[in-house]
Amino acid sequence: MNTIDITLTVNGEHVAERVEARTTLVDFLREDLSLTGSHVGCEHGVCGACTVRVNGEIVRGCLMLAVQCDGATVETIEGLSDSGEIADLQLAFEQRNALQCGYCTPGIIAAAQELLLQAKKQGVVPSRDAIREHLSGNYCRCTGYHAIVDAVEAVAQARAGGKP
Amino acid sequence: MKPAPFAYKKVRSLEEAVGLLGEHNDARLLAGGQSLIATLNMRLSAPALLIDINGIGGLDGIAQKGGTVEIGALARHAQAERSDIVAKFAPLIARAMPHIGHAAIRNRGTLGGSIAFADPAAELPACLLALDGEIDTTGPKGKRTIKVTDFFKGLFETALGPQDVLTAIRVPSAAAHSRTGFAELARRHGDYAIVGLAACARADGKGLTDVRLAFFGVGTTPMRAKTAEAALASGNVDAAVAALDLDPQDDVQATAAVKKHLAGVLLRRVAKQLMEAR
Repeated sequence: MNTIDITLTVNGEHVAERVEARTTLVDFLREDLSLTGSHVGCEHGVCGACTVRVNGEIVRGCLMLAVQCDGATVETIEGLSDSGEIADLQLAFEQRNALQCGYCTPGIIAAAQELLLQAKKQGVVPSRDAIREHLSGNYCRCTGYHAIVDAVEAVAQARAGGKP
Repeated sequence: MKPAPFAYKKVRSLEEAVGLLGEHNDARLLAGGQSLIATLNMRLSAPALLIDINGIGGLDGIAQKGGTVEIGALARHAQAERSDIVAKFAPLIARAMPHIGHAAIRNRGTLGGSIAFADPAAELPACLLALDGEIDTTGPKGKRTIKVTDFFKGLFETALGPQDVLTAIRVPSAAAHSRTGFAELARRHGDYAIVGLAACARADGKGLTDVRLAFFGVGTTPMRAKTAEAALASGNVDAAVAALDLDPQDDVQATAAVKKHLAGVLLRRVAKQLMEAR
């Protein structure tokens, strides 16, 4: 029972691997699948650097085991980027210097995208407070967050039909 | 750090989970995993077997019936946060939800897990105490219902036996006269509170009766402040703050004196919420 065969979909591709039960999702993605865009920070759910999407919802990649993803659909920053889903967020982050070292950025973009999708579904444009609250689980040690909030707010307004 | 090796078994029924708990002394139940996996990663715990209960059907419902709201143990925080039933009939839990962890944590974490883990600084155990709720469990001798006042025994210690699985929590449905209040202070939104307060009361004319104040982060379990409750029911907020019968200890976040002061600050905020119409 210590190693288990799992099959799942990662960034649209079918994956079948044998994993140790103790392997966390983020270690599986990075070390077994070489998807190193998801980062390992605190390894206890505080920093948010390992944020990925499982079955459409963001999760901590360090607080889920790879074996729990048997049958799941997993999307990492590589998949979100390749599909073009977050192209406007990426551009806004670049234009507003919303990243410096970039270690937190994949997690922050994944979290921001979830907020923007939820807001769109509810037909609202998230306020700066709502953006800060949704991103409260993602540490950034470089930017001081203002530029990040600016970038997410700009994309929220642009997607709602306002000026970019 | 990485977890020590363990075996993993995904079960499909409560009977299977209870059976495995009986066969293995050193097994842990895995629900949302948002506390357990962190402790595994840090090697604060190293069980031989993880029993994944996420595949057990029928444990994630949220329903209102017969004057109570029942929430299945595997209901995720995000699910409760979006639930119309929780918003309408368990407004205290709805108020607390946004404070629990962060969005990614709430997508995975379960209400049952939070109650069973019994972190003294967690929101839901205090909500359950304020609401005078009940906890349903299944064990080797069948089903049990435990009153919240008998459930939280000490630091991370509950009335759950070694083979018990928590299956649901139940709270009384809010009525027109029900009032609730919730506030906490944390260094960062979503982190465990330095001090928090979950409260409910019944509106009686312009005053309040049946005031229940459940503080968290001030002891080894959520704590009622009964002298302050009586003072608040008589309408005197200053007297309630002065009467706060809490005895917090210093911890890594704050000294006992700071916690006591902050408890008073929270009591004033929550008293205002309780006085407002729901």
